[in-house]
Amino acid sequence: MKLEYPKNGKFGEFGGRFIPETLVPAVEELEEAYLKFKDDKNFRQELDYYLKKYAGRPTPLYFAKNLTEFVGGAKIYLKREDLLHGGAHKINNTLGQGLLAKRMKKKRIIAETGAGQHGVATAMACAALGLQSEVYMGYKDTQRQKLNVFRMKLLGSKVHPVKEGTQTLKDAINEAIRDWITNVNTTYYLLGSAVGPHPYPVMVRDFQSVIGNEILLQMKELNKKSPDSVVACVGGGSNAIGTFYPLVDEGTSMFGVEAGGEGIRTEHHSATLTSGSKGILHGMLTYLLQDEYGQIKDTHSIAAGLDYPGVGPEHSYLKDSKRVKYDTVNDSEAVNAFVLLSKYEGIIPALESAHAVAYAIKLAKKMPKHETIVITLSGRGDKDVEVIEKYMSKNVKNSR
Amino acid sequence: MSRIQDKFSELKAKNQKALIAYAMAGYPSDKETISIVRGLVNGGADIIEIGLPFSDPLADGPVIQNASFKALQKGMNFERFLNIVQKIRKETDIPLVLMTYANILYNKGYDKFIPIIKKAGIDGIILPDMSMEESAQYLKVIHKNNMDAIFLISPNTSEDRIRKIASISSGFVYLVSVYGTTGGTQQQFQQYTLDAIKNAKKILGKKLPLGVGFGVNNAEQARSILQAGADAIIVASAFLRLVDKIPQIKIQSKIASFAKSLKKTTILE
Repeated sequence: MKLEYPKNGKFGEFGGRFIPETLVPAVEELEEAYLKFKDDKNFRQELDYYLKKYAGRPTPLYFAKNLTEFVGGAKIYLKREDLLHGGAHKINNTLGQGLLAKRMKKKRIIAETGAGQHGVATAMACAALGLQSEVYMGYKDTQRQKLNVFRMKLLGSKVHPVKEGTQTLKDAINEAIRDWITNVNTTYYLLGSAVGPHPYPVMVRDFQSVIGNEILLQMKELNKKSPDSVVACVGGGSNAIGTFYPLVDEGTSMFGVEAGGEGIRTEHHSATLTSGSKGILHGMLTYLLQDEYGQIKDTHSIAAGLDYPGVGPEHSYLKDSKRVKYDTVNDSEAVNAFVLLSKYEGIIPALESAHAVAYAIKLAKKMPKHETIVITLSGRGDKDVEVIEKYMSKNVKNSR
Repeated sequence: MSRIQDKFSELKAKNQKALIAYAMAGYPSDKETISIVRGLVNGGADIIEIGLPFSDPLADGPVIQNASFKALQKGMNFERFLNIVQKIRKETDIPLVLMTYANILYNKGYDKFIPIIKKAGIDGIILPDMSMEESAQYLKVIHKNNMDAIFLISPNTSEDRIRKIASISSGFVYLVSVYGTTGGTQQQFQQYTLDAIKNAKKILGKKLPLGVGFGVNNAEQARSILQAGADAIIVASAFLRLVDKIPQIKIQSKIASFAKSLKKTTILE
């Protein structure tokens, strides 16, 4: 079941390399470097050093006692990726790729960002490792995540607002790829999710697998066995694949939660795996939200980090092989979970992660009390407070 | 022999090289797409590239991005594209090449999409995001339907890879002139572009013609790449820029005169 290193870059039929010819030498160079360094002792040591001393790993596995009591079902644990430096799991990947870029002697780093978390994590890793970074971000996202734009600038990164297309993550990726095509000889593209042409999906998964590996260790230490269930939110799917992959051959039930937006029967959602179809975007074959002609649809989610019409190809594979169940949580459920976790546990989750929390609450209710469920809390929600405030005041007005 | 191959043989006999000119289906409207193609044909274009817009054209610069966005907003789709192609095919026997992105074909299924456009009058297909490694299924259907698959190469493509790409290409090979997206506005090409042309020509030999595109926007540039050995110049964004500048009523004649100025460069003494 576990696909360690996908043959020809394919997870089943998914993934691959659908890219302009100019990028072929660049991804080949990247794959060669990745294969050379991924198990290299010095590389691993240096990465471990930064993960521990700079990012703050390992992150705690916290028993959410109050939430468990409130729900009255399975024991709920939180994998606290929100406690990492920068406030999200993204730093696991940016440190890994940053160190790789250094070994490849690339000095200019470009990245895309949705909510701004990957942009911030890129800016941090680049500052720490002495690299120059530029971040593409959809204009709409720069407006709803102003604080992260300022953080990136503060961290020495240059932010390019993208005014093309839907002005969100998908367009930021398009623009980053166009930059890469133009500056292919000098530039390293630091992709933030487990998407894109091979080897990005497998490389990002490997760097994020530290999440699932720690969950497995910590749960075995606590309960002498792997968790009964794990739940993670899925946009591009990097925190989810990092959670799932190390558990694929364990008996754990796995759940990926997509953004149901205003409901998957409306046009306003980002539920790629739940309601999409197969197609080709951003260099990969995967599930997409597209119309009958193959045009990519506009997506919606209250969580900018989930607002993406594609998904990592390994998730498409895990869906079709039925190893992981993918489902949706809509905006209002996510907001409720955001409030609930803040109130009961004193932990403000990222709106993205709040989708996983909302789903896990429903799931835990149906599970017996002796069973365990782990939620990957992929990020903290300070960035979302303004969005939540607006959402709540709008809904109060509407209900009056 | 395909229409494209015939065209290159015919031009060779006349001691000419080819002008490959672009129009986007549905930009600025379906009707004007046909006027633009008429202008291109009247101006002496040898092969017409017709773009079918895609929502996420990641190999394209701002000009084609903008045209794609607007054409899609006005409802351009597969049926309307076919309609345009059929109308053009009634008027002219010129080779027609579709330029779009892989997902547009994949979505319908290569085995459904390709026979339909062949029947409508398309002779070849260019997909900037279809890499050699992913092309097996696509090529199978292309061959079954006797169409030309035109693959792209780049200034950084290795000699070995150019050979492999040439072995699966037919019609011509498309060399991307620069590191960048379509529609560059440079007045002159740098030496690396001219070197890439010479290198590709050396490898392709007499097997396949070499077309060069991306950022070709004036006669002087066209001459420089033809002198370096290209068999065809490919011009797209420069025509769209012209479309954006001129009143509708003059589109056909203005496009024709710009095409004529470029075509001149391909007629050798």
